[in-house]
Amino acid sequence: MAVEKIVTRRFDNLKAHELDEYVATGGYEGLRRALSMSPSEVHDEVRTASLLGRGGAGFPAGVKWGFCPPNVWPRYLVVNGDESEPGTYKDRQLLERDPHQVIEGCLITCYAVGLTQCFLYVRGEMAHAQERIAKALNEAYAAGYVGKNILGSDFSVDVVLHWGAGAYIVGEETALIESLEGNRGMPRLKPPFFPAAVGLYGQPTIVNNVETMANIPWIVERGGDAFAAMGAENSKGTRVFAVSGHVNNPGVYEVEFGTTTFRDIIMGDEYAGGMRDGKALKGFVPGGASAPWFFEEHLDLPLEKVAVDQAGSMLGSGAIVVMDEDTDMVKACHNLVRFFARESCGKCTPCREGTTWLERILSRIIAGQGRPSDLSLLMEVSENISPGIAWPPRQTTICPLGPSAVSPIASALERFRNEFEDYITLSDRRVIPVGAA
Amino acid sequence: MSRLSEANLRIAHDILSRYPKKKSATIPLLHLAQEQDGYVTDDAMEHIAELVEVTPAEVLGTCSFYEMFKRAPVGDYRINICHGIACHLLGADDLIHHAEETLGVRQGTVTDDGKISIEGVECIAACTEAPCLQVNYRYMNNVSNEGFDVLVKGLRDGTVSVPKHGTLALTRQQIPEDKAAGNAWVEPDDAPAWWPEPEGDA
Repeated sequence: MAVEKIVTRRFDNLKAHELDEYVATGGYEGLRRALSMSPSEVHDEVRTASLLGRGGAGFPAGVKWGFCPPNVWPRYLVVNGDESEPGTYKDRQLLERDPHQVIEGCLITCYAVGLTQCFLYVRGEMAHAQERIAKALNEAYAAGYVGKNILGSDFSVDVVLHWGAGAYIVGEETALIESLEGNRGMPRLKPPFFPAAVGLYGQPTIVNNVETMANIPWIVERGGDAFAAMGAENSKGTRVFAVSGHVNNPGVYEVEFGTTTFRDIIMGDEYAGGMRDGKALKGFVPGGASAPWFFEEHLDLPLEKVAVDQAGSMLGSGAIVVMDEDTDMVKACHNLVRFFARESCGKCTPCREGTTWLERILSRIIAGQGRPSDLSLLMEVSENISPGIAWPPRQTTICPLGPSAVSPIASALERFRNEFEDYITLSDRRVIPVGAA
Repeated sequence: MSRLSEANLRIAHDILSRYPKKKSATIPLLHLAQEQDGYVTDDAMEHIAELVEVTPAEVLGTCSFYEMFKRAPVGDYRINICHGIACHLLGADDLIHHAEETLGVRQGTVTDDGKISIEGVECIAACTEAPCLQVNYRYMNNVSNEGFDVLVKGLRDGTVSVPKHGTLALTRQQIPEDKAAGNAWVEPDDAPAWWPEPEGDA
């Protein structure tokens, strides 16, 4: 099942982050090829490739690029490297180990869509990635790959490295733009603030994920058809998955999109290598903290967007977190909900208040102070954030952060209700009469 | 005290020149201030407000939203122990407990010698290396209790060298003037030079 690697193709080369080594291994060939084509021809290659955005929502990049209103300038590219979804560990690797590939992808995108400036937004906590990107950009500027009259052509664009400062919500594209404008990272209402129409400084803006950018050089170099020949009907090319938790070989694996199954990647010897200590699988998170959980019966599903969506979850950001039979599902659920409660930006009431209350209720259940009515209360609060608690979630909020907190609760309560009940029946809520202690 | 120093002011102007609107430089300048002083001082925020041409309250508004910006000293070494889901499954809670016990501090507080503070933080994107932590945003993977003790000892006796809190990347982006595209100031409604006229099917 050895499949050609695209974005991680240089990961075995520990010097790939240096310009000389990158160029020696075929780097910036995609950019050269793009500059020999017209912008619309480059755009067509990406359309043909059917490259789905790799950030979480999975929207086709070529289609997104077409949403810029004609003849409105300047237009911007904002690259989302604010990777913070729990379990996700791919963009940081791409930035640290092959930074020029991401930069080359940005340049080609700017050329194809007529974007006049690129902002590469790297998560604040990633000091090493920032360093690698800064060095790579400095080298690329000096060598004429970035900046004025790139490779002697009339194509000129600046790529500006921008650091975040610690806020998960900034991974949401409109919040990312707010943050880049120097504000608190709170999402904007869509419509009217669809970034492609009204984005950074009110101008047309394309927001793409780091892994999406890393795919572009290969696509232009080898052609959209070659990319579309890999993967399944609705999920082309390859995808990077980080498998973590109770497995033998936690790691980051690039696999053919749509044909590999969860069983392959979790149990397969060439990937995560099965459950640690021979334990049984209890459940797994298939696509980051926001995704409803999967179980034993979902193992044979392919890593493919439509199949996973129909099964009631999502591949999201490519984060598979595996939990074994000894996992306390109430604590795992609390852990995920606490994340959303802490990271809620506070703009919409259902999310700000709802996630906070969900976290408090789960906390008191774990602390042995749970009440029998707490389980229905959890569902009631969830219902207020995401009416119907369905998949895909409906939302009473501007962005999907609030409804994301509902996913682990719905999953855990449906499957492991007895564990919650055990906490409550065994809880120590005796009323101690005054003076009796 | 602690407006931006002369040297940092030069860096600040460099950063400001890269953005079409000055306010965009707010977060990068807050990082610069934190690098200078170890945390973000009120004076630095006022200075930044002058530079990006907004009120100090607006700078504070942005500053207070982001977890990384500290408005009080946090010690030379900030140890952020990840308690995201992957680390949670592999013992993060025990590690945090161990850290609190051995250092004699609670999360968010600084040791008596003013050197070290700890905090449980959300996922830091090293999930396959759980449990993990960062010292001033430098990673340490697969951390055991013993590994944590060795780290703390090393930080205290200077055998483990980590840049002080506030310093992120040691290399900054430089855009030489003669190489810059300078598109930030492109005239409105002016298509870029490489764009064919009239525009196609965008």
